[in-house]
Amino acid sequence: MRPEEIAARVRAVAGQAGADALALPGHLAPGARVVAAMSGGVDSAVATALLRGAGCEVIGVSMRLGSAARRADGHTGCCSLDDFDDARRSAARLDVAHYVVDLRDVFQSKVIDPFTQTYLAGRTPNPCTLCNRDVKFDALWEYAATMQAAALGTGHYARILHETGQGYALHAARDPDKDQSYFLFTLGQVELARSLFPVGGLAKPVVRAIADALELPVANKPESQDICFVAGRSYADFVEQQSSAQQHRPGRIVDRSGEVLGTHDGVHRFTVGQRRGIGGGAAEPRYVTAIDARSGDVTVGGRAELAVAGFVVRDVRWTCAPHHGPAQVRLRHRHAPVACEVLAFAGGAEVRFAAPTGGVTPGQAAVWYDGDRVLGGGWIEERL
Amino acid sequence: MNLDHNAGGRVRPEAAAAAIAWLQSDAANPSSVHRAGRRARAAVEEARDAVAALVGAQPAEVVFTSGGTEANNLAVLGAARAGAHVVSSAIEHASVLRALDAARTAGSEVTLLVPAHDGRITADQVEAALRDDTRLVSLGWANGEIGTVQPLGDIARRVRAYAAAAPILVHADAVQAAGLCAIDLAREPVDLLSLSGHKLGALTGVGALVVRDTVALAPRMLGGAHERERRAGTENVPGIVSFGVAARLAGSERAAWARAARLVRERLWAALERAAAPVVRHGANDGLPNTLAVSFPGTRGDALVIALDLQGVAASTGPACAAGAAEPSHVLRALGCDDATAAAAVRLSFGSDFTLDDAERAAAVIAACVGAARTARAARVGHAA
Repeated sequence: MRPEEIAARVRAVAGQAGADALALPGHLAPGARVVAAMSGGVDSAVATALLRGAGCEVIGVSMRLGSAARRADGHTGCCSLDDFDDARRSAARLDVAHYVVDLRDVFQSKVIDPFTQTYLAGRTPNPCTLCNRDVKFDALWEYAATMQAAALGTGHYARILHETGQGYALHAARDPDKDQSYFLFTLGQVELARSLFPVGGLAKPVVRAIADALELPVANKPESQDICFVAGRSYADFVEQQSSAQQHRPGRIVDRSGEVLGTHDGVHRFTVGQRRGIGGGAAEPRYVTAIDARSGDVTVGGRAELAVAGFVVRDVRWTCAPHHGPAQVRLRHRHAPVACEVLAFAGGAEVRFAAPTGGVTPGQAAVWYDGDRVLGGGWIEERL
Repeated sequence: MNLDHNAGGRVRPEAAAAAIAWLQSDAANPSSVHRAGRRARAAVEEARDAVAALVGAQPAEVVFTSGGTEANNLAVLGAARAGAHVVSSAIEHASVLRALDAARTAGSEVTLLVPAHDGRITADQVEAALRDDTRLVSLGWANGEIGTVQPLGDIARRVRAYAAAAPILVHADAVQAAGLCAIDLAREPVDLLSLSGHKLGALTGVGALVVRDTVALAPRMLGGAHERERRAGTENVPGIVSFGVAARLAGSERAAWARAARLVRERLWAALERAAAPVVRHGANDGLPNTLAVSFPGTRGDALVIALDLQGVAASTGPACAAGAAEPSHVLRALGCDDATAAAAVRLSFGSDFTLDDAERAAAVIAACVGAARTARAARVGHAA
């Protein structure tokens, strides 16, 4: 489909929001070569269409990250041959060149291995953020730069705003149900300057309507919700497949007073805040409140014991400049931000809540916002 | 500019014309006894003469197949016997390696020779692997990925001289060698020889296995008595007709084309050394004259292949995976090439329409892409640090 035709159909079905989504940032020359990351899903297919409709020379690229073979349990997970076919057919519909690149080695070492190791260490990993940081916006960018592309476009629901003299700001998506800005906090000025999120200003139903209007073959493809490489399995089962029995740390289930309530098969089966798998029989609901991978102890307690005064984060990244003082912090994807005070120090930060707050899970990302704007984030190291 | 000729070049106009003329005729089944059938049979036999002549074989020894893969499958699985020993190498084409896997499953014992770093296998190396129960030696005449040409005649003579309990068959996969290397089965004691039509400029979907008349081969395709009961199935007449024409042209042009190709390849290499250094050359320097396998350290070969495609230059890293991604060459890995160098490899191979000027132009485009790739890598490393 010609760019003019795409743009006309987008405007017809999405009105002003569609026109806005077709607008390119001022620092991108008209006709610039742009790589579109295509997963085979509807969001990235529409992002690709919007970039072509905006007049870019678009090169579609799909990443092979996992096994393309159907698993024994019949689940295809991510990166099935069908996904590549879907991406290829969407690209063909849009008259966009399409390639598949094999990044399985990078994905294994930068995403899957840390995922497994984090669970084995009694923490809760955040693979999507690592994939964005080390695979999409780093390893894939090397391909895009080799192709002499000016930018990389993805189907992420987030927005990049540019104000002269103030650099690039990362903002939450317009559609709060779909917002993925939490997973993108590691992007600094260098990455934000060369990234494009064309669907970030659109609501999901509008994205589907555009796909429909453009007759993309993936217009009605169902959503993928789970972590792509785990899909259809429990996290614990996946970790066990990726590790040896000697690496598993079985131990005791104890309460705060040290009383032993039972035993378990490995700390990787637990997440702070979890209710399942710790035995029933107590008068009030009990939750995992702490995991000690060294001793193997999983501590449980009442809801009140989940609340902490604050926490320490490491590997802090700022989207623009370091921030001190009041902010809102999001402790996991789709978590409602909580007011806090940020005390940054070299390489890390301390976060204090106004009142004790639950949901602080070591290993997860803590991401600071100023309203819609992402200030930065880091990895939850320990609770205070 | 096509620098991926070893994967297949354009159909030669003469071969296309012959195939089209056949398609527009009152074509019939060459097994039919009526006139149209007999005419089809004559066309197939004329092509058989041409293919036989290309490699110094007798026409009756040529078995037409659907391509090089089927020829290799038929040779390996038709000659291997349960309980017998097979000698091959780790750098063979997938159609040989996967057939060897199947032979192993069926009870054969397989020894895979590991060539020297330049891909060369010596007659001494082959002889040292032979055993009393060895039934088959299967080696590529020339390697399509790095271009190394094996001393197949020396190897075959050494195998022939080896006193085993039963004769040892020698299979040569000559898919990449045909048309560039002198192959004369009247002189070389090779029992089975695989050929592919489209690598010579015929249509895709046609190939041949030359089976010396002393060799009894178990057929893989079962059915009618086609191809002297060695390969059942109605012949792909238009493909075979185009193969005959392409084979005749390849035979008459071979020596001159090999000489010219060597000059073009060295021009390409010199230009790359000048403009895209550092560059590592794989394979032996006296390999296939149209093939240059190189690594550009600090890049990923699959990214270069995409960047080159966007500039109108077709190249490859090796075979593609099921998902369509270019994969690092299994040949380079088998030769002990480290991961980074194997991942930075690109195979450049060209046909007879590729000129000295094209070599200069292609080298300039490649150098620009390599430059962009190295800049991208340096920026990444700098940013991460």
